[in-house]
Amino acid sequence: MQFFVSQILSGISLGGQYALIAIGYTMVYGILRLINFAHGDVFMCAGVMMVFMSASMPIYASIPLMLVLTVLLGFVIERAAYKPLRTAPRMSVMISAIGVSYLLQNLALYATGGQPQTYPTLPFISNSVTILGAPTHWVTVITPVLVVLLVLALQWLINHTKIGMAMRAVAKDFETSQLMGIKINRVISVTFIIGSFLAAVGSLLYFTNYPTVVPLSGAMPGLKAFVAAVFGGIGSIPGAVIGAFIIGIVETLIKGTSYTVFSDAFTFALLIIILVVKPTGLFGERATDKV
Amino acid sequence: MPKTKQQTSGSGKLITLLIVAAFMALTIILENTMSPSSLLFTVIKKGAVYSLVAVSMNLLNGFTGLFSLGQAGFMLLGAYTYAIFMIPSDVRDSVYYLFNGSSVHFSFQEMFGAIFGTAGFGGAVSLVLGVLVAIICAGIVAAIFAYLIGLPVLRLKSDYLAIATLGFAEIIRAIFQWDKLGPVTNGANMLKNFPTFADFNIKNASGQIVLRLSAFVPVFLSAVCIFIIVLLINSSYGRAFKAIRDDEIAAEAMGVNLAHHKRLSFCISSFFAGVGGALFAMFTTMVQAKVFTSTMTYEILLIVVIGGIGSVSGSCIASLLYIAASEWWLRFLDNETYINGTRVPLLRSGFRMVVFSVIIMIVVLFFRQGIMGSRELPELLRRRPKKQPAVEEVRTHE
Amino acid sequence: MKKAIALVLALVMVFALCACGNSNSGGNDAQGSAPAASGDKVVRIGVFEPASGDSGAGGKKETLGMQYANSETPTVEIGGETYNVELVYADNGSSTDKAVSAASQLVSQNVALVLGSYGSGVSIAASDTFKDAGLAAVGVTCTNPQVTAGNDHYFRICFLDPFQGTVLANYAANELNATKAYCLGEVGNEYDQGLVAYFKQAFEAAGGTVITDSFPTNNSDFSSYINKAKNEGAEVFFAPVSIAYSTQIVSQAASLNVDFPFLGSDTWDDNMVLQAAAGTNVQVFVTTFYAEGGNPTFDEGIKAYINSNSDAKTANGGDDTISAVTAMGYDAYYVALEALKAAGSTDPEAVKAALPGVTYSGVSGDISFDATGDAIRDTAYIKTINTADSVWEFVTQQKAGE
Repeated sequence: MQFFVSQILSGISLGGQYALIAIGYTMVYGILRLINFAHGDVFMCAGVMMVFMSASMPIYASIPLMLVLTVLLGFVIERAAYKPLRTAPRMSVMISAIGVSYLLQNLALYATGGQPQTYPTLPFISNSVTILGAPTHWVTVITPVLVVLLVLALQWLINHTKIGMAMRAVAKDFETSQLMGIKINRVISVTFIIGSFLAAVGSLLYFTNYPTVVPLSGAMPGLKAFVAAVFGGIGSIPGAVIGAFIIGIVETLIKGTSYTVFSDAFTFALLIIILVVKPTGLFGERATDKV
Repeated sequence: MPKTKQQTSGSGKLITLLIVAAFMALTIILENTMSPSSLLFTVIKKGAVYSLVAVSMNLLNGFTGLFSLGQAGFMLLGAYTYAIFMIPSDVRDSVYYLFNGSSVHFSFQEMFGAIFGTAGFGGAVSLVLGVLVAIICAGIVAAIFAYLIGLPVLRLKSDYLAIATLGFAEIIRAIFQWDKLGPVTNGANMLKNFPTFADFNIKNASGQIVLRLSAFVPVFLSAVCIFIIVLLINSSYGRAFKAIRDDEIAAEAMGVNLAHHKRLSFCISSFFAGVGGALFAMFTTMVQAKVFTSTMTYEILLIVVIGGIGSVSGSCIASLLYIAASEWWLRFLDNETYINGTRVPLLRSGFRMVVFSVIIMIVVLFFRQGIMGSRELPELLRRRPKKQPAVEEVRTHE
Repeated sequence: MKKAIALVLALVMVFALCACGNSNSGGNDAQGSAPAASGDKVVRIGVFEPASGDSGAGGKKETLGMQYANSETPTVEIGGETYNVELVYADNGSSTDKAVSAASQLVSQNVALVLGSYGSGVSIAASDTFKDAGLAAVGVTCTNPQVTAGNDHYFRICFLDPFQGTVLANYAANELNATKAYCLGEVGNEYDQGLVAYFKQAFEAAGGTVITDSFPTNNSDFSSYINKAKNEGAEVFFAPVSIAYSTQIVSQAASLNVDFPFLGSDTWDDNMVLQAAAGTNVQVFVTTFYAEGGNPTFDEGIKAYINSNSDAKTANGGDDTISAVTAMGYDAYYVALEALKAAGSTDPEAVKAALPGVTYSGVSGDISFDATGDAIRDTAYIKTINTADSVWEFVTQQKAGE
């Protein structure tokens, strides 16, 4: 029982962390029709930055600075690597995303000298707590709550602000919204900023749970978060969150059995099943050009 | 090994063939005159293997317009097939020591050895035949898997296809690491002790090497495979592939069977990726599932992009350049260097890959056509005869 | 036109690279002879160690031992002539795919023999590359039997995993009174899987039961596995994994309030594990090659070396705790010198032929090779972490057959 509870708990918290990454994927895909392969690496870079900054300044200063820098990184990546290719075929943009991912990983490798970095212990959320007899961290409890709050805030932003309306318009029809006078580049930048911010928050929570950062830390969570976004229906934020929780929980449960080798493969099996059976995902809008 | 693609003037084709032949001859000569430990030969071997894999990926991405990221998975299948069928039975127990021996008890080389003998000329024949049969098996296994995977996946388009094939590569990797299959795949552990390129060096009776062929063999094998791919691209199938790439709906209207041709292209590409995987196993002298990650696929994709999507010769040139740069020319960036006692800034472990990925980003962003665009070497040779020596020098420099 | 420019630029780049490549090889030569007066002869020893990846910390510490030995004895007498010894490094990145290209890099630099690596998997992967080049390699702390089995060019100076696994299993069964053990290794890591298999054999022979499990590479969630062990009622947790993973296991175990002790292999003997366990209630026992205090002269010397050199201190993880692998690296260097002396030449083939006969009394004990090229070693040290003071404490010394 205690085993089951602790597995479910770590599954929920892992799912919440995937959800924060998945939102970035789903928003970018919704607007640009681009699988932003570099998103998982932005998440990893947030972790690396936190490691280095916390070594030289207090935690309370380094957390906001890390959030700002990660947002900046996301913004710069979009401006430098995706914007010049706005008119190019989709494949070129995707290749550029793969290139950025490769670059970020190698930069992290260079910065860390290839040594796994230990993530700093954050006050409070790193403390232990016992839930239903299962010992865990506060971060496990906080993650789902935080995810729900952030998603609600994001939904409000999308549905009730001007920039949110612009985002919906761009996601619906790129060219027409441009003709309607929407500043496409601004909308896209805001999307990347929101995505990177959530990835940075996700990295705070994720690395508190699993406190080692290596250059490849972002690759797998990134891909899984993308699968979560597809599972929930690409473009749909609640869908991505629910997909992420399902993937997080099932993955942790698989790790509790003797089939641990398949804990990563499961995610991709799920992806393929979804793509073949219900390509629009759980909550995706029906669109003819998507799959 | 650049080959002709389009119906160009005979002279261009001829020159290209001559370049390839000269490259092969040069490989043999250099290998037997220079110190065999030079990194040049590592580059040639690995470059030849990567050329084949890159061309096979280009067939799919560049010529058929199917954006697949499953290449590493098919290479894995090929490499494992080759290794499983080629490990001599007397060392199987030591390779599979964690699983109390293998459930496969023969190797192709031994099968042919029983017919042709194991020593001298007969031994050489059985080695060559064994390796060839194993390589072809490697390709067939990869193609069969590609057929099965293609049934559900090929209905998807562009980036969904990419992510689904990437997912399949990861699933295949997990299956090969499953310890229940240990007696066949050795779980997630290494397979080794199978014949490698070094076994093709011809030795005399006292064990001394009289003729080194270890770099020539991979060059020759991938040249043959790439030649076959080029023939295919120039056939009516190739034209159908290109029609699908350019406009699927138009191609269908013109009577091209989409499903059939996509599947065909996917299987053929995977076949050669499997062959490439077998050659890769021979190059690294061991096979392990965790080597064949998505990073490897990305690497091959970047090679294709650098060479030019839709150019066979571009892929070959890019492979050689890419491997030479990463394994050889840029190595110095990883070493801390002192000039007159002061440390050169930035240079330390990992800097090479940073510089390398920056170069790749520059190519991706500003030279989207890559080295060759969608043109081939013969075209280039014909139209700009003055450029030819330069291009040739790139490939065979040093 | 644009294409033409692109092509020209690409060509310029390539030629620039060629130039760099050439100056590189030239640079290496210059570098090699720089410390020596001109005209002096140089012999190169290849250091095949991970400087990055999840065993990077261990590889650096092992290299540190060699560097210290090299600073102590920078020359060697070969065939009546004095040679300067130059260490040539190649980073195998702790991964089997990078190992091969790192090995060919060493081969291309004309080394006389190779030392390394930390980690058995990379050694096995690179083995054939060394073999084809006719190079001998001396494994320093690669304990898997497969490294030296079935070849005549790989030697090693440490004990083997069947021995280490047995020592650990006996310790778990007899001293920790455990009857159920949970074993965790990395998928596809030759070292982990081998040790788990040998531990299992010995532990089951001692009447215990074993649950084995594997985690995928780059995994960072160990709480599932620890919970599983808890749920299965394991009394001891055996995880012969790389340093990066072992620190995570320790820190995640600390937050899960586990009551069973953790058993580690020689990889755990690292100050990063020490730091992770400091101030927690996690019990850790490890087997290792050398315990601090075994040779006071060496201890003092290496500490002074580490403290006087900031690079060395960084490589050692920021303090001067002596890792067993550093002592082993130190011994390996001297074994290499002995081999060069015995060969009387810097020719790799001659060195290979001379190696089986080499004997040396090092700080970690006497070293001589048996028929397969393994060191004849029968002692392992067991250490535990004093979590209050954050130091290693020597527990006992185990010999084969005890």
